[in-house]
Amino acid sequence: MTTVILLTATGLGLAALYFLVASGLSLIFGLMDVLNFAHGAFVAIGGYVGWTVADQLGGTLGLFGALLAGIASGAAAAFLTEQVIIRPLYRRKLDQVLATVGLGLAIPALLQAIWGADARTWVLPGWLAGTVQLAGARVPTVRLVLIGVAVGLLVALRLLLTRSRAGLIVRAGVEDREMVTALGIDVRRANAAVFALGGAAAGLAGALFGLYQGSVSPGDGTSLLIYAFVVVVLGDAGSITGTAYAAVAVGLVQQYADYASASLGDESVVVLLAAVLLLRRRNLQGRPA
Amino acid sequence: MNETATAATAATTSAALLELTDLRVSLGGSAILHGVSFSVASVGVTALLGRNGVGKTTTAKAVLGLYPSTGSLRFDGRELNGMPTHAIARLGIGYVPEDRGVFAALTVAENLRLAEPRGGGAAAYERVYELFPVLRLRAGQQAGTLSGGEQQMLAIGRILLRRNRLLVVDEPTKGLSPKVAAEVAHALKEVARSVPILLIEQNLSVVRTMAADAVVLDTGRVAHRGAARALLSDPALTNRLLGVSQAGAA
Repeated sequence: MTTVILLTATGLGLAALYFLVASGLSLIFGLMDVLNFAHGAFVAIGGYVGWTVADQLGGTLGLFGALLAGIASGAAAAFLTEQVIIRPLYRRKLDQVLATVGLGLAIPALLQAIWGADARTWVLPGWLAGTVQLAGARVPTVRLVLIGVAVGLLVALRLLLTRSRAGLIVRAGVEDREMVTALGIDVRRANAAVFALGGAAAGLAGALFGLYQGSVSPGDGTSLLIYAFVVVVLGDAGSITGTAYAAVAVGLVQQYADYASASLGDESVVVLLAAVLLLRRRNLQGRPA
Repeated sequence: MNETATAATAATTSAALLELTDLRVSLGGSAILHGVSFSVASVGVTALLGRNGVGKTTTAKAVLGLYPSTGSLRFDGRELNGMPTHAIARLGIGYVPEDRGVFAALTVAENLRLAEPRGGGAAAYERVYELFPVLRLRAGQQAGTLSGGEQQMLAIGRILLRRNRLLVVDEPTKGLSPKVAAEVAHALKEVARSVPILLIEQNLSVVRTMAADAVVLDTGRVAHRGAARALLSDPALTNRLLGVSQAGAA
């Protein structure tokens, strides 16, 4: 029983990371039809900027500073990317892919040039480095923090999307951008806001991934991005709740499969993705195929 | 195609609010509009007619800036061509598209809220609910679950929340039962008392009761423009331009 609890808690911790990365990706793809392959770079930026702040300040103050710095740097990087690179390419899908793939390769290389290729160790505050007793299982505290942050983000995004005018515009834009503009609403502003929001979540994920691993390295974002894309496909782009369910499914399946055999984790995610794609009758944005 | 302009048109008796001059649109390498020119009067309803696929919806979308075009689109003396759609809409051009454009996953109230002016516009809401009482009753219902007629009422009601100077309404009675189509047409007639309408419509009985002017397109060109009444009272002309007999269309 304790093994089940431990696997479930650690699987949910992994799911939380996937949700943090995938939520922004999902909103960006759902609203703007932009497949942003540079999203992993925002994760890496958040990780390195967060690590730098944590390293400078140290302790619990450093931890909270790192999370805020991760959010701010991810949002700023995403906003700049939308303004400078994506905006001129909205009607040129192939160029978008090429540009974001290029950026997704260039930014980790830049981070490597600044901070070096070796992983930087992230020293956790004492209270975060330990474990918490949960029904007999000793669950790493950092996993519970990840789950808490992801749940908080889910609630915040749900409130934003359902209770605010900005959220209303985003939800309408996911359905029919053309009609939103015909109502006199400047969708470009919504696009920039969604990109920044997605970048903020990615930057936060980068800092939390540093805590999760106890280190940051230039390829962190790229490795998470693959799973985030799987989550977006499974959860229907543009649906935050769907993204959350999909992240939980991927995290738990991967964790349990890894427990069965260390080599099965990644393969199980691919099998899950293939099964869902074969069985469902909708496209990536949840519309009938 | 020869243009057969009739003399007496409201467009010539009242100032033109919207003027299209040599409007050309190409989509996917194919030319859809080949230099369309006509004007929309600042009062009443101007009907844009023609068989399927002649460019009526393309014209409407070009006016809204949803399709790139060349030529001139002047609205109250201001050039629209090159302006983004949201800026065109903010000038006071309201658009009800052929597919109604309601946001299916949003509730009726949320669909309306998207269009409401700053400050809420309580009076505008009252006017919309007066025209379409069903929208008040269905406020909490997802728009995608409404009937076709109710969705059309929502699409029209939503745009009426804005401060419009011109409405572009594309096939408002398409696919509706005669009773609901009559209800929608009656509401649009009420609206047209205060806001001019560029109406794309296949139902000639609706056109007859509403439109002062008519412009007929054929293969991306203006084939006829003039008084709607004159056009619709000439069976031979109607049959030639629109491919329908008056008996069948009435």
